[in-house]
Amino acid sequence: MNPHPRSLRGTDQLTVDEIEAILKLARRMDPKRPPQLLRGKRVVLLFYESSTRTRTSFEFAAKALGATTTLISATSSSIEKGESLIDTGWTVTALGADVIVMRHPNSGAPYLLSRFVPVPVINAGDGLHQHPSQALLDALTITNHKKRLKGLRVVIVGDVFHSRVARSNAYLLSKFGAEVIFCGPPDLVPDISATIAPGVAACHDLDAALHDADVVMSLRIQKERLAGKQISLEDYIGKFQVTPQRMKLAKPDAIVMHPGPIVRGLELASEVADGPQSRMHEQVANGVKTRMAILATVLKAAR
Amino acid sequence: MNPKIIHNDGTLLIAGGRVIDPSSGIDREMDVLLQNGRVAELAAPGVLEVSARDTFNAKGCVVAPGFVDLHVHLREPGQSHKETIATGTAAAAAGGFTSVCAMPNTSPVNDSVEITRWMQAPERDAVVRLFPIAAATVGSQGEKLTSFAALQNAGAVAISDDGRPILDDKLMRDALRAAAKLNIAVVQHAEDSRLTAGCSMNLGPTSFRLGLRGMPNAAESDIVRRDIALARQTKAHIHVAHISTAEAMDAVRQAKKAGIGATAEVTPHHFTLIDENIGEFDTHYKMNPPLRSAADRDAMIAGILDGTIDAIATDHAPHAFHEKQVEFERAAMGIIGLETALPIAITVLHHHFKVPLWRIVELLSSGPARVFGLEGLGTLAPGAHADVTIFDAAQKWTHDASQSKSKSHNTPYDGWSFTGCVVATVVAGKIVYGG
Repeated sequence: MNPHPRSLRGTDQLTVDEIEAILKLARRMDPKRPPQLLRGKRVVLLFYESSTRTRTSFEFAAKALGATTTLISATSSSIEKGESLIDTGWTVTALGADVIVMRHPNSGAPYLLSRFVPVPVINAGDGLHQHPSQALLDALTITNHKKRLKGLRVVIVGDVFHSRVARSNAYLLSKFGAEVIFCGPPDLVPDISATIAPGVAACHDLDAALHDADVVMSLRIQKERLAGKQISLEDYIGKFQVTPQRMKLAKPDAIVMHPGPIVRGLELASEVADGPQSRMHEQVANGVKTRMAILATVLKAAR
Repeated sequence: MNPKIIHNDGTLLIAGGRVIDPSSGIDREMDVLLQNGRVAELAAPGVLEVSARDTFNAKGCVVAPGFVDLHVHLREPGQSHKETIATGTAAAAAGGFTSVCAMPNTSPVNDSVEITRWMQAPERDAVVRLFPIAAATVGSQGEKLTSFAALQNAGAVAISDDGRPILDDKLMRDALRAAAKLNIAVVQHAEDSRLTAGCSMNLGPTSFRLGLRGMPNAAESDIVRRDIALARQTKAHIHVAHISTAEAMDAVRQAKKAGIGATAEVTPHHFTLIDENIGEFDTHYKMNPPLRSAADRDAMIAGILDGTIDAIATDHAPHAFHEKQVEFERAAMGIIGLETALPIAITVLHHHFKVPLWRIVELLSSGPARVFGLEGLGTLAPGAHADVTIFDAAQKWTHDASQSKSKSHNTPYDGWSFTGCVVATVVAGKIVYGG
């Protein structure tokens, strides 16, 4: 069966027009005075992996628009009894779900589910693959401070290999003609990462990458993922931590972003995280607006 | 010359076809007379006459020695929900294979004389000849070698821990040494599993794009090089199962030049498909070794053309629907392949890459028979077993996986259009498919 046409699986599958429409709608969304666009709709949050900000953000977004939400998590449902993803999807649909928001540890899981359920599936993060709602809220944050995405130099620094945020951002930014530089040690930023989309480069020298940067996106480093790699934790901090000194290499009006959660003192110095260029709190706030826009668009409820 | 009229039960005259028998260098129109389970005689068209009842009209068809598949998974004993020996060999017959060699990764593992015999028992209802390949180590656990001599006596034609590669150098050396004494091949699924933990596809731009961990080419080629070095030391025969990388192909090419006992098989999917074909996580393109890059695929074609490759083998790996319709990383590895091997070979190798038909027949018959030393198979020489594959190299058709004789339908080729199809399959002088 073909996936529901309004499923949101990855940013690579969105057109520039579709992205702009979502961002435009997101800017109009006010979580304090929300339009009741989704009254009577049932939003199922199907979370096979733990999540704080994405889950809460989707939940607030859905409720703000008047929908009812149900959380199904891997540890408190028939998922742990061995039910297959497709069977869970059918069950949830039969119970009356209008949309399934899904987080899953396996890359591609939303692609599988969307081929078997008649309702739209929103990918809220799948394995190492994609996290499209994060890339959309990041685009909203960037465009709040920069006139246009085209021509911007965006440095994504950290564990790109394991990052679904990096992939979704690279697709989206590339569509708009931004220059994307993946930066980190070769183990975390393999050279093949540059093949993901036009205008994407891989760089193993942060000072070089930051030169003239408009946007610096820092990604979380999980200590256990450095285990067995060629680079030690100390080396990583020395070479790739985003510090106030290094930020001087970027444009004076450059902004700093991070999808969270932050490991302070590892990928990011606290002075930068809490400094004037940081847009991290704004990102979280934009998350709710963006997800309101996504839900409204996917459920075709935008006015 | 007067026609010689023969009346005999157990007689079959395959008349009017184009006989391609690479083992004897024949490629011309001839009639093939089978009698009492053997090839009796090949003669110019019309010379031999039998009753119409015993004549098979092969006009417009290629008449080839029965195909031999060195690598199938028939799932018995223990996994009959995927396939049985009866259904798997029915699929083999429909694909023109008259002999199949069954890998030992059954449940339990075929590491014993009892299981080796059980698989060959008449109660299994095999439609074509079945040759077990026995495990190299007990339970394929990679610790203690099995008794190769006893297994060979029970009918095993090769030794392999397929799917559980032998990584330990000493164990592999011991296995090759023991096999060399018995003149039996050791088949290795070459994969350094220390480099492939958690991987579900080939390493490259597609694996990065999909966020899937990728297997590097070196995981295959390192083991192939190591095995070749050990085969040289022990004067043994190493057979590289389902070769998939350019580096491994080159290692086998060099080994053959150096006179080392190394042979290699390639699957239809590795000379046809590439990793990009996975598209959006299509589990029908998930197998091990994984589909590789276009450059590797091209290296498979080069190896077929220059003689490095000895055989086309299907790695027929049936899995039930529920084992494939899951998250990509959790999906079972492998695809069925018996019924599509010849059509793919003709469509892709012959029509696209201009591989001559006789070479395709060689890779499906005399080539594999030679690899495992299967006497009287893969040839139409008088006295050989009366196993014949009759196919139409020009027939166009569309594959419908639901019509497969296999119990499972996990194939990426559903709906594909092919040129070339099997018309009839003859085992021991009897038509087991078509006709």
